[in-house]
Amino acid sequence: MAKKEFMSGNDSIAEAAIQAGCRFYSGYPITPQNEIGERMSWRLPQVGGGFIQAESEVSAIYMVFGAAGAGARAMTSSSSPGISLMQEGISYIAAAELPCVIVNMMRGGPGLGGIQPSQSDYFQATKGGGHGDYHLLVLAPSTAQEAVNLTMLAFDLADKYRNPVMILGDGNIGQMMEPVEFKPPEKPFVTKKDWIIGGAKNRPNNIIKTLYLDPVVLERRNLGIAHKLSEAVRNEVRFESYMAEDAEIIIAAYGTVARIVKTAIKILRDEGIKVGLLRPISLYPFPSQAFAQAAEKVKNMLVVEMSLGQMLEDINLAVCNKTKVHFYGRVGGIVPSYDEIVAQVERIVKEAK
Amino acid sequence: MSLETVADRPKTLLPVPTHYCPGCGHGVIHRLVAEVIDELGIRGKTAIVAPVGCAVLLYNYFGLDAYEAAHGRAPSIATGCKRVRPDLVVFTYQGDGDFAAIGTAEAVHVAARGEKITTIFVNNAIYGMTGGQMAPTTLIGQKSTTCINGRSAETAGYPIRMCEMLATLSGVAYVARVAVSSPKYVVQAKKSIKKAFETQIKGLGYSLVEVLSQCPTNWHMTPVESTKWVEERMMQYYPLGEFKASKEA
Repeated sequence: MAKKEFMSGNDSIAEAAIQAGCRFYSGYPITPQNEIGERMSWRLPQVGGGFIQAESEVSAIYMVFGAAGAGARAMTSSSSPGISLMQEGISYIAAAELPCVIVNMMRGGPGLGGIQPSQSDYFQATKGGGHGDYHLLVLAPSTAQEAVNLTMLAFDLADKYRNPVMILGDGNIGQMMEPVEFKPPEKPFVTKKDWIIGGAKNRPNNIIKTLYLDPVVLERRNLGIAHKLSEAVRNEVRFESYMAEDAEIIIAAYGTVARIVKTAIKILRDEGIKVGLLRPISLYPFPSQAFAQAAEKVKNMLVVEMSLGQMLEDINLAVCNKTKVHFYGRVGGIVPSYDEIVAQVERIVKEAK
Repeated sequence: MSLETVADRPKTLLPVPTHYCPGCGHGVIHRLVAEVIDELGIRGKTAIVAPVGCAVLLYNYFGLDAYEAAHGRAPSIATGCKRVRPDLVVFTYQGDGDFAAIGTAEAVHVAARGEKITTIFVNNAIYGMTGGQMAPTTLIGQKSTTCINGRSAETAGYPIRMCEMLATLSGVAYVARVAVSSPKYVVQAKKSIKKAFETQIKGLGYSLVEVLSQCPTNWHMTPVESTKWVEERMMQYYPLGEFKASKEA
């Protein structure tokens, strides 16, 4: 068994990336995710990789574009305002179908906002974020260990679908220290990258581009990306179901909030209230079917987020009014406490009587 | 009697029709870069980063591996590529809007890092592809569609001299400004482009060649008038020459 190490979520992600074969990182400092860049700065040279502290997030994402285009497993990380700056490059990366991993340790927004945990970039992460028709694959860890596992998975998914993958955490996931172990996948996804920039010697030249002036060709490109993503929607849905089997109320939450919900569920179960959790792990593709099925069984669902109701929209779409959907959100960097969630569920139970 | 070939198309340049306007400098500059790549024997290990602007379709003329960058971001893409594949010769080809306006931060920092890449910076003092708007390098008094009475320093400030600015940075190994307005200048331009690539191959640091180029279409001149304008007006504000050259180059 691998040795357990005590690490922050940020450090865990950086180390997992190295062990997953990441050989290029570029980023710009921003709280609360600086430990990722700091660890990459000394770990990458140890394994023969490249680290650059860029002049801006705008530049950092294009360095990732260049490195991914040259065939390396490449990554960047930032937090909300910095991820906004990267959106131009993320759109280009999605359009050019370059595999890479982008980590967003969300902080309170909008604007400069704050540095405390938040989940208010859900729309930006799951709906595209930049211009044009595309999606990122989005994975949301709720523990440091899961951050390790999902980071390793993210590099495989990026290569498999030739699409950028986002690890969507929050300041809490990044800063909290927990025991983690590193077990690189037994069968890492290996793909032959015959499309990369590497010098056109004894082969036709490769061009990585996103400009298609002929609308017929551009539509075909868009449809190709959409088709690829529909494959991901079929194959890559991930979620955790916790005490949901006999539940009469389902709580929906991801990341940090899902952990707090589990504490609330224990208290509520002691009170005799049958409540369970559905925790999306992949936010795109979203586990719509799991929520649709749950909606057939329960009369009430409670969505808890550190936002004003962003994942809520995907849940409403999934359940099609078949259950009553309640919402509880805290924003600005405030993390909801378990007793607030307990009180919300108790209110729902009372109103249902 | 057999005929001797004295001039031929560089192997790096593809036999395709040009999309550039009559009298435009890009065609000559493309050819010079292609000749240098042929002469240095680096065709199989060169990577291009194309800009946004008139030269966005650069890769249609070179049979080389190429990225097409977002506007201004070519130096960052080149950096990511070069760090992953230091064995490649990587060059960006950028216009004045790309290099001296929207991509100024990337331009300054690729130079400051001494990234071992080469930039061919084509300065024609105007935004060509979008139809003749003011560029960061538009001369005072020069007319454009966004300064119809001529650029005024009062409201639009002064044109940027990128070579002089970047030559001050320690990471920069070679900087020259050249022109392609006459055969004499074309010959000089090729020498500088070759030196810039050699600087990169020797690993000496960042290399930059600014090429003063003509845009007859958006300057509303004939090709001949436009070459005169380069020599009489542009060269006054943008003097030709080497601003920095490592002795090893």
